[in-house]
Amino acid sequence: MGFLTEKELDYLEENLKRKANEIEQDIVGAEWSEHCSYKSSKKYLRLLPTKGSHVLVGPGYDAGVLEVGDGYVLTVHIESHNHPSAVEPFGGAATGVGGVIRDIIAMGTRPIAVLNALRFAPITGKGKAVAKSKWLFKNVVKGIADYGNCIGIPTVGGEVEFDPSFEDYCLVDVASIGFGRKEDIVANKADEGDIVVLAGGSTGRDGIHGASFASKALEEENRSAVQIPDPFLEKLLLEATMEAVKQGCVKGIKDLGGGGLSCCLSETSDNLGKGFDVELTQVHTREGDMTPNEVMISESQERMLFVTDTSRLRALQSILDKYEIRHSVLGVVQDHQDLVVRHGGKVVAEMPSHLIAHAPLADRKVKRPSYLDKLKSVKQPKTPANLGKVLLSLLSNPTIASKRWIYQQYDHEVGVRTVVKPGMGDAAVIRLDNGKFVAIKLDGNSKHCYLDPYQGTLGCLSEGCRNVICTGAEPIGVVDHLQFGSPEDPEIYWAFTQAISAVVDYCKFMDIPVVGGKVSFYNETAKGPIKPSPVMGTLGLIQSASHITRPALSSGNSIFVIGQTFPEMGGSEYYEYIHNITGGPVPNIDLPVDRKNGNAIQNLIKSGLVTCAHDCSKGGLAVALAEMSIAGSTGFEVDLDVVPSLCRRTDDLLFSESHSRYIVGTKQPEKVRKMLSSADVMFEQIGSAANAIEFAKGKKRLIKLTLKQLQTSFYSLEKVMQ
Amino acid sequence: MTKIGIAVFPGSNCDRDVHHVLNNVIGVQADFIWHTKDRIMGYDAMIIPGGFAFGDRLRAGVIAAYSPIVQEVKRMAKDGLPVLGICNGFQILVESGLLPGALIMNESLRFVCRWTEVEVKNNKTPFTSKFAPRQTFGIPVAHGEGRYVANKELLRELRKKDQIVLQYSNDDPNGSSDLIAAICSEEGNVMGMMPHPERASESILAAQGSKNEAITIFRSLVSNLKPKAIA
Repeated sequence: MGFLTEKELDYLEENLKRKANEIEQDIVGAEWSEHCSYKSSKKYLRLLPTKGSHVLVGPGYDAGVLEVGDGYVLTVHIESHNHPSAVEPFGGAATGVGGVIRDIIAMGTRPIAVLNALRFAPITGKGKAVAKSKWLFKNVVKGIADYGNCIGIPTVGGEVEFDPSFEDYCLVDVASIGFGRKEDIVANKADEGDIVVLAGGSTGRDGIHGASFASKALEEENRSAVQIPDPFLEKLLLEATMEAVKQGCVKGIKDLGGGGLSCCLSETSDNLGKGFDVELTQVHTREGDMTPNEVMISESQERMLFVTDTSRLRALQSILDKYEIRHSVLGVVQDHQDLVVRHGGKVVAEMPSHLIAHAPLADRKVKRPSYLDKLKSVKQPKTPANLGKVLLSLLSNPTIASKRWIYQQYDHEVGVRTVVKPGMGDAAVIRLDNGKFVAIKLDGNSKHCYLDPYQGTLGCLSEGCRNVICTGAEPIGVVDHLQFGSPEDPEIYWAFTQAISAVVDYCKFMDIPVVGGKVSFYNETAKGPIKPSPVMGTLGLIQSASHITRPALSSGNSIFVIGQTFPEMGGSEYYEYIHNITGGPVPNIDLPVDRKNGNAIQNLIKSGLVTCAHDCSKGGLAVALAEMSIAGSTGFEVDLDVVPSLCRRTDDLLFSESHSRYIVGTKQPEKVRKMLSSADVMFEQIGSAANAIEFAKGKKRLIKLTLKQLQTSFYSLEKVMQ
Repeated sequence: MTKIGIAVFPGSNCDRDVHHVLNNVIGVQADFIWHTKDRIMGYDAMIIPGGFAFGDRLRAGVIAAYSPIVQEVKRMAKDGLPVLGICNGFQILVESGLLPGALIMNESLRFVCRWTEVEVKNNKTPFTSKFAPRQTFGIPVAHGEGRYVANKELLRELRKKDQIVLQYSNDDPNGSSDLIAAICSEEGNVMGMMPHPERASESILAAQGSKNEAITIFRSLVSNLKPKAIA
C-alpha cells in the first residue's frame, strides 16, 4: 500500500530486477515522497550557488555549516510543518520546532536560537474563517512556545503574514542555528563492523505516512499522520548527544524526521557509502503489535540514529543511560551498499540504499499563469483624505503591528546570548563566544510573490540582507524555503522555477552562498493553492559589539533616507489591506543599486556615524519611520518633498514598498552626507527627530499624529487575540 | 577558595547560564552537580537554576523535590549555607518545603518572557546585602507558573519576619500575591526568586533603559560565602 506511481513502480522493478514486496514498497514510498526526495525540485536546486568563503558544509546534510573564525562554526537549517499544523496546530508546530532542532544537534552543534515565519488567513473581522484562523494562530504560537521554552533554546525572531490565500491552512516555517567548535562537526564516516544505535522516544503509530501526507494536497484532516511532541525527551537527547560528541564516541549521527526509519537508514547508509543490516525487533515500540511496515515508516518524534564503533559503544550507551534515554543496537555496518531489514532474523526488505535514497526525478511542465497579465495594471484607488488615519490603520494591520503578543510567550533570552531581542531590531542579534555576533532574520512576502514570483523572491532576499545590514552585520549566507501548491500544476511549477531563478541571480550577484533549504509543495486545500511563499533566512556576521545598531530614533537625530521610492504598489499592504486591491506593479530590484546601498549602510555603521538604522519594507517609508519613532519613543518631522522618488501621488510615496531603501538617524549629518555622496548612492536628509509625528510637503503639513497614537495602533495585536 | 554548586536536573536549562555568569563574569568557581548526587562536600553555597526539571511533569518542581540532591540541599540549608533557587529552582524549593507558599499558573494563563522592574524589600539576606535599601532594578522574567500565592496568614507572617525580599514595582508580570518576586526562609539563607538575575548580569544583554544591576544578587552571595568547607 505504498504511494508510488505506476511509473515509479516500474522503475523500481527494473532496478531491483524483481517486484518489490509490500514492505519495500512502503520504505521506498516514504523516501520517494516529494517531502523526502525533492523529486520535483532537485534538478533546479543544483543551480543554487553554495560555495563561499565562510562555507564549510553546504546543503545536502542535516544543516549547513559556516565558519565564523577562531575555530568556531555556525550551523543553520530551515524546515516547515504546514500540513500537520493545519490539522493539529499545537502538535504540528511543536514537532516542527523539534525536527529542525534535531537537524542542528545531528551536526554535533548546540542549537542557540530558533526563529519562525508564520502565515495565516486574516484574524481581524468576523466569521468562521476568521475564528478558524485565530485558533490556528493561537495554537501554533503556543506549540512553538511550549517546545522551545521547555528545551531551553531561545526563540529569538520571526515574521508573520496574514493573507486570505491561507484560509483553512497555515504555513509554519521554523529555522534554527547552532554553534560549536569546528572539530566537533560530526564527520559521518563509518567502517565495516560499526554499530548502528537507535536512541530516544519509542516508535509508535503516530506520524504514519506523515511524509506522504505532506506530499499531497490537504483534502482530509488525517490526524494520525501528525506526530506527538515531547520537548523534555528532546532536551535529554540534546544533552546526551553533546556529551557523546565531546567524548568522541560517535562516528555518524542522523535525526529521524519525515519518513522515519525508512529515510533515516537509507539516506545514512547511502551517505556513508556502506550497507546496513538492521533488526526491527530491536526497535523499542510503543505498541506491541506493530508490523515491520509501521516500524519502518512511523514518524514518532525525538529519535536519533548514532553510528559508533564497537570500542566506543559502551561509552555511548552509558551516556544515554545517564540521561535515561532508551536505546538499542539496531544493526551493523557492512561492506556492501544495501539496506537489509530483518524482522526476527528473517530478511523482510533488501535493496540498494542508493536506489532508495534517489527517487527518479519527476519531469514537471511549466506554464506562465494567465492571471499575471490581468493583474499587472489595476485601477488606482482614490487618495484617502486623511492619510494619518491610513498610517494608523496600517500600523494596526496584524502583518505590520508589533508581534509582542507572540514573542512574550517565547523564552527569547535563555542561553544569555540574545543581544538584540525580538521587537528591538531589524534582525535578532546573538552573541557568539569569540567576541563576534550573528544576526539572523526570516523574510517572506506572499503578496509580492503572487504577482511576480521572480521579483517577489528577489525582494525577500533583499529585505533579509537589509535587515541584517541594519543591525551592523555583513550577510554571509542564506537558507531558502520554497513553498508552493502542487508541482503537477504547470502554472504553480512555473512560479517555483521563477523563485529558484531569483535565488540563483541574487545570491550569485551578491556573492552570498545558499547554505541550506527546503522545498514544500502541495500546500493547497479544497479552496485552492496558497500564494507562492518563499521564505528566506539571512545570516549576517557582526565583527564587533560597537557595530550593533538598532532602529530606535533618538532626540537630536537628523534623518536620512537612502534609496529611491517608485510607484510600485502591487502587493503592498497599502493596496491589499487598506484598499483590498490585488494587482499592480510589484517593487523591482535593481541588483547593482541594491548592493551599492547595502554597502553604503555597512560603511556608515562601521564608521560609527549612525545612531539608528531601519529598512523600508511592508508599509513603506511612513511605517518604517513610525516604527523607528515607537522604538525610540521619539517623534519626527519629515519633508516628503525632498524624498528621492518617482511617485506622483503622496499616498504612493508614503506607502510604496520599493526595495533597497534604508532610513538612518545620525548626530553627524555633515559626515554622513559626505560619506553617502562619495558612495554614489541616492539619498537625502529628509528631516529630524521631534516631539510630535509630522509629515509635510514643503510648507504644507500633511500628517500630524502623537507618539501615543502610533503606540496604540502598533500594540493592538493583544486586543485582537483577547 | 570558595565554591558554588549548581544543581542540574534532567530538563534544567539555565544551568549553563548561571555557570557562565559565576565563572566568567564574577570569577568565582561554580560547578555542575548532577541530580543523583546524594552527598555534596566542599561547596559553600548551592544554586538551583531555572528550566523544566523532569519536563514539569505532574507539577513544576515536584519530581525534582524528591531527588537525592535536594535532600542534600536541605541539609546544607539547615547548616546555614546559602541556597538560591531561580525560576524553576524557586518552584523546586517551594515543592521541597524549604520555602512556604505556592507558585501557580500566571494570571494571563500564558507564558511570559519580558523585562520588568523589582524593588529590594530586604537587603539583609546573603543575596541582597550589597543593594541599597529599596533599590529598584531591571530584570527579566520567563515563566508560565510564576504566580506566587500565599494566604492572608502566611502573607502577614512573611511581612512580619521580613521574608519578602523582592517585589515587582507596579509592573506585575504574573499576578503574584503582594507583588512578590522573591522570598527567603525565616533564617534568610534560602531564597527563591522568579526573575532571572543571570540574564541581567552583563550590560550587553540589558534591555533598553535597563542596566546589569541584577548582578548584585551574585556579588552579594559571593561576598557572604564563608570558606569553611572541607575539601
